[in-house]
This record gives sequence, structure tokens and C-alpha cells, in this order.
Amino acid sequence: MDFMTVLQLLDSTIRLATPLLLACLAGLYSERAGIFDIGLEGKMLAAAFMSAAVAFTSGSVWIGLLAGIGASMALSALHGLASITFRGNQLISGVAINFLAAGLTVVISQTWFNQGGRTPALTGPARFENIDWPGAAALRDSYRAARAEDPDTLDLTGIYWELISGHSILVYVAFLLVPLTWWLLFRTRFGLRLRAVGENPGAVDTAGVSVVGLRYAAVMICGVLCGIAGAYLATGLTAGFVKDMSAGRGFIALAALIFAKWRPWYALYACLLFGLLDAIGNRFQNIELLGIAVPVQFMQALPYILTVVILAGFIGKAVPPKAGGEPYVKER
Amino acid sequence: MDKMPNWADVILIPLISVLLALIASGLVVLYIGESPLEAMLVMIRGAFGSAYGWGYTLYYTTNFIFTGLAVAVAFHARMFNIGGEGQATLGGLGVALVLLLVPWPHWSVALLMAVLAGALLGAAWAAIPAYLQAKRGSHIVITTIMFNYIAAALLVYLLVNVFRVEGSMTPETARFAEVVHLPNAADFAGFFGFRASTPLNVSFFIALLACLAVWIMIWRTRLGYAIRAYGHSEKAGVYAGINPTTIIMVSMLISGGLAGMMAVNVVMGEAERLVLEFVEGAGFVGIAVALMGRSHPVGVILAALLFGALYQGGAELQFEMPAISREMVVVIQALVILFTGALDNMVRMPMERFFLALRRRGRAADTPAE
Repeated sequence: MDFMTVLQLLDSTIRLATPLLLACLAGLYSERAGIFDIGLEGKMLAAAFMSAAVAFTSGSVWIGLLAGIGASMALSALHGLASITFRGNQLISGVAINFLAAGLTVVISQTWFNQGGRTPALTGPARFENIDWPGAAALRDSYRAARAEDPDTLDLTGIYWELISGHSILVYVAFLLVPLTWWLLFRTRFGLRLRAVGENPGAVDTAGVSVVGLRYAAVMICGVLCGIAGAYLATGLTAGFVKDMSAGRGFIALAALIFAKWRPWYALYACLLFGLLDAIGNRFQNIELLGIAVPVQFMQALPYILTVVILAGFIGKAVPPKAGGEPYVKER
Repeated sequence: MDKMPNWADVILIPLISVLLALIASGLVVLYIGESPLEAMLVMIRGAFGSAYGWGYTLYYTTNFIFTGLAVAVAFHARMFNIGGEGQATLGGLGVALVLLLVPWPHWSVALLMAVLAGALLGAAWAAIPAYLQAKRGSHIVITTIMFNYIAAALLVYLLVNVFRVEGSMTPETARFAEVVHLPNAADFAGFFGFRASTPLNVSFFIALLACLAVWIMIWRTRLGYAIRAYGHSEKAGVYAGINPTTIIMVSMLISGGLAGMMAVNVVMGEAERLVLEFVEGAGFVGIAVALMGRSHPVGVILAALLFGALYQGGAELQFEMPAISREMVVVIQALVILFTGALDNMVRMPMERFFLALRRRGRAADTPAE
């Protein structure tokens, strides 16, 4: 594997890790506040559909993004209603939301566009364009010119023009959200309270802070981030919505969240790792490792296998927030 | 004192929840621009209007009884087995292995062995998450979800690389031998007008037997009592000398076994070979069925019948009202899970208040005026 192949692999790792990272951070807020969310998948899917549909109709990807976030937040509100207000089972609510999104996106897209459960292809301003950083194009041209003369040219500027430059704005947003989330959760009063409400809601209540309010806030932040993740799927990574296009990414994000033990920086590393596995699986159908042919299906299953291993506590122990999954009943 | 009578808890609340789910689904149909009432009639006619319809309805019902019972048994131990999909996948593998490797003399012996093999591999697939939950405290919901995906990848690998027939492009096993084809409804109930092509087969009776077995196990045995006691209160169970590891393992093994048996109906009874994605979401429908059926075998049968009718009716709906896509069934399923599961308290709280008020008024009327 030469240097350019590695770069291209890492480049597609970044693209594929982005929706995972956004959904993973979304889950991080919700679960840190004590609300389990296995509905990340459904929210992403709903947002993917809404953003593509509205971006196509309005011709503006930004309006599409807002609509996607709106759809995801509506499902978040439903999750909040079920699990916070009515103290229902958060897992069952998540399952319901996943199915609701899987069904409604197809039913409604069939009604709106009549194209067998997909939206028309997005073009021009209805998509997030890749941003070329200053000087990237010039560096790429000079590399290509050099390669034309000597095919073995090694060019480290490729890190700049291939890897760092040339992604859609949402990719950079996702990566910037990691330090922002860390700061918000671990350096602000809101973050302290949000984490406390996931560990010991009784104490937060005693301090005179609204448990319900904090949990709703966390769930709605989760909705916003899932919305961006879904919008990126349909308007950045691809050009339009296709039935079931989230394809289990919400669950991989959930796996990454556990892998990261509910911490923002580790979430970034976990998502990059899972993104890399995805990228390798896309690029190579058969991988030889130490003389053994690794089937592509194994690569696809690896994130899930790794998560089970982590959950089993063989490589460090993943301890979820203590009050996670438990509805809070105020003492009378 | 109970807040409300038992019948309200068991019958009234699920009925109201399902009604709410249907009303919400009706609103979606209305939004599409079709008449909900007409859609419902088409579905009912499609599911129950002919022997053809009944054949498919009961065939789906069979699947959902198995997966519904699987979720229900786990629910009794307060375990949420969301891995029915993966366990059924492995069950299918067991069924196919047994039928492909051994030349069976008669379908009845083969059926018995296929049921055992399906249950065994289904249970094995549930065993790892169960063990990790019992011994390591890994959340069973997460691990079973992960195992669904691992099972799916495993099936693709095996069908593409191991079982695929030489020269064939489709990832599926060879057809099973003629002798192990199960009698279908045309054979044992042909007088109702079932055709030879009907998917309904003798597995239906195995599903009913499974219901009976689960009922006896949960309500008439020491083990069932222990499972229910543990499910009601973990602390009380442990205090009473119930071993949590045993309960978690046993209930999940039974649950996985039941999910695995679902494959007998599809793989042996209908497809007569192992194909990709043969479970088709039945593992997830099981969640809705168990919730709606209140984890009771009778409730599971009724809920499975409802979902069987929805699946068959939904297929017909697509032909008669093309504006409504088949995914409408998924929406209805989601709303049933939402209203009977997650939003249970939304119905329950006002009902409890209603029955309390009723009782108070009753008592006031009983007190003689002074």
C-alpha cells in the first residue's frame, strides 16, 4: 500500500466517521443525563429524509438541514414525553422510534415524490459542497505534475490537500463538536448538572434544579446532533435519501459510545476506528492478514464484536451512568 | 389495595392503547390522502377474506407467536431480549444444517430434529449475552443488538462462502430433500380451500404447543415462579434464595430457543432452503406482540394474529391502494409498540384515577346518610 492509498483510506475514514461521531455525541448528551437512547438510528433516518426532501423542494441545503434537525427533534420530544414525562421504558420507546422512522420515511416519501421510497437526486446548492482549503488545489496540481514525471513521488502535502481539505462543512462541525462537548460537559455548570442528573437525580432535585428540565434539555440536544448526522448522510455523504439509508449507523454510534465509555474524546477515537473499519471494508473486498484471508463480513461485524468485548469488561470496564434508564420519581 | 380491577389492567388498557395506535395510523393514511376506513376494510378482506389470505395470515402468525413468546418469557424475568432477530437467524442455520447433513427417512422425525436444532442454536446465540449480563453486568439490550448484527454478517458469510450451491450466483443453500418438506394446510386442511402453494404448514401447531408449554412453565412450575418472582423484585428474589445467574441464563436460553424455533416455519416449512434475511423483522415484531399480549401466551396468540393479519393485509393494501406503501405496516407496528409499551402510563394514569374515583363514589353511596 503506497502513501496515497493510505491517505485516501484515511480521507474516507473521516467522511464515514462523521455521521457516527455526530450520532455518538448525541447519545453522549442523552445518556449522560440518564436517558438511554437506542433511537439514534431512527432519528438519523428521519433527519436524512426530511433534509433531503426539503433541500430538494426548497433548493437550499441549509433549509434542508434545519428541517432535518426539526424532524429529529420531534422524535426526541416524543422520546422525552415517553421516558421523562410518562416514565415509560426508555428502551421500548427507542425501539418504537426506530420503527416509526423506518416506516414513515418510506410512506411519506412515496406520497411526496412517488419514487419508490426515495427522494430525487440532489444537485448544486441542494447539497453540501466540499470545501477546498486555500492552496489545496495548487498543491494537488503540482503533485500530479510531479507524479506524471516520476510515479514514485512521495508528497507529504497530500496530508493537507487530500486529508484535511475538501470535506463538507458538517465534517468540520462534527470534529469541532468534540472539544465543545468536552468543555460543555466538564467545564460548565450546565455540564456538571447534566452529568449529575444521570448519576444521582435525587441530589440534583434536592439542590433545587429541575431534573425534568435538564433531561429534556439533554434529549433535545441529542435531537439536534442526530439531525445534523442524518442531514450529512443524505446531503453531504450522498445526494438524496434512500430507504433505510442509515443502515445501522445509529447502532454503531451507540457501540462507539460504549466503546468510549461515555467520554467525548474517546468517542472521537472510537468513531474514527469504526470509520476506518468501514473504509477498509469498502475499499478491499478481501484482506490478507498474516496469511489468512479475512472475509469482508468479519470487518463489518468487527465494531459490534469489539463492543461486546468491551462490554464484557475484558479490556477495561464500561460503566454506564448510574441512573441511566431509570425514570425519576420525585419524592413527595 | 389494587388501584383498578384486574380486567382493566389486562384487557381494557391494551385495547385502548391499540385503539390509539390505530387512530394515529389512520391519521397517517388520511394525510396520504386515502380513506383510513377503506384501507382498513381492504386489509381485513385481504387477511381474512379468503383461504389464500388466511394461509398467509396464519403463516405470519406462526412466526410472531414464536418471537412474541421469546420476548415474553424474557420479560417475565425483566430481561429485554431485543435479539430475537439474531437468534432466529442462528435457528435457521441449525434447521438448515440438520436438514442438509442428515438423510431423514420421514418429515416427522426431521421436524422434531429441526425444532431441536433451531432451538439449540437460537439458545446458544442468546447464551453469550445472557452470561455477560449475569456475570459481568453488560446490558443485555446492547449486547443482543450487537449480536443481531453479528448474526446477520455471519449468515451472509456462510451463505456466500460455505453453503452456496456450486455454480449458483444466489447466496442460498441447496433445496432440502423432498422427503422433509412439511405438510402444508392444503394437506391437512384442504377442505377449507387451501391451495398447495399456501405457506401455512404444520409448524403452526408447534407454535400453539409452544404457547401451552410456556404457560405451564411460567404459571405452573417452580422455575416459572422463580422467574416471575425474580422479575417482580430482584432483591426479594435473591432474599428468597433464587440465584439470579440461573434465572437470567434459563429465561434467556428459553427465550433464544423460542426465537430460534421460528426458523422451522420459514426455512423448513416455506422456503425449503436457507436464504438471506429470512427473518424479515419477525424478531422485532415479537416485541410488539409481547407488549400487547401482556406477556401471556393467550395474549401473545391474539396479538400475533393481529400482526399476522396486518402483514398479510398490508401486502394486499399495496395492490389495491398503491398510494399506501407496504411500510405502512411498519408504522402501525411502531405505533403499537409506542402506545402499549412506552406510553403505557399515558393511558394507565388517567384510568387509575377514573377507577379510584369510581370506587370512592361507590363507597360514598354505601355509607348511610345520618
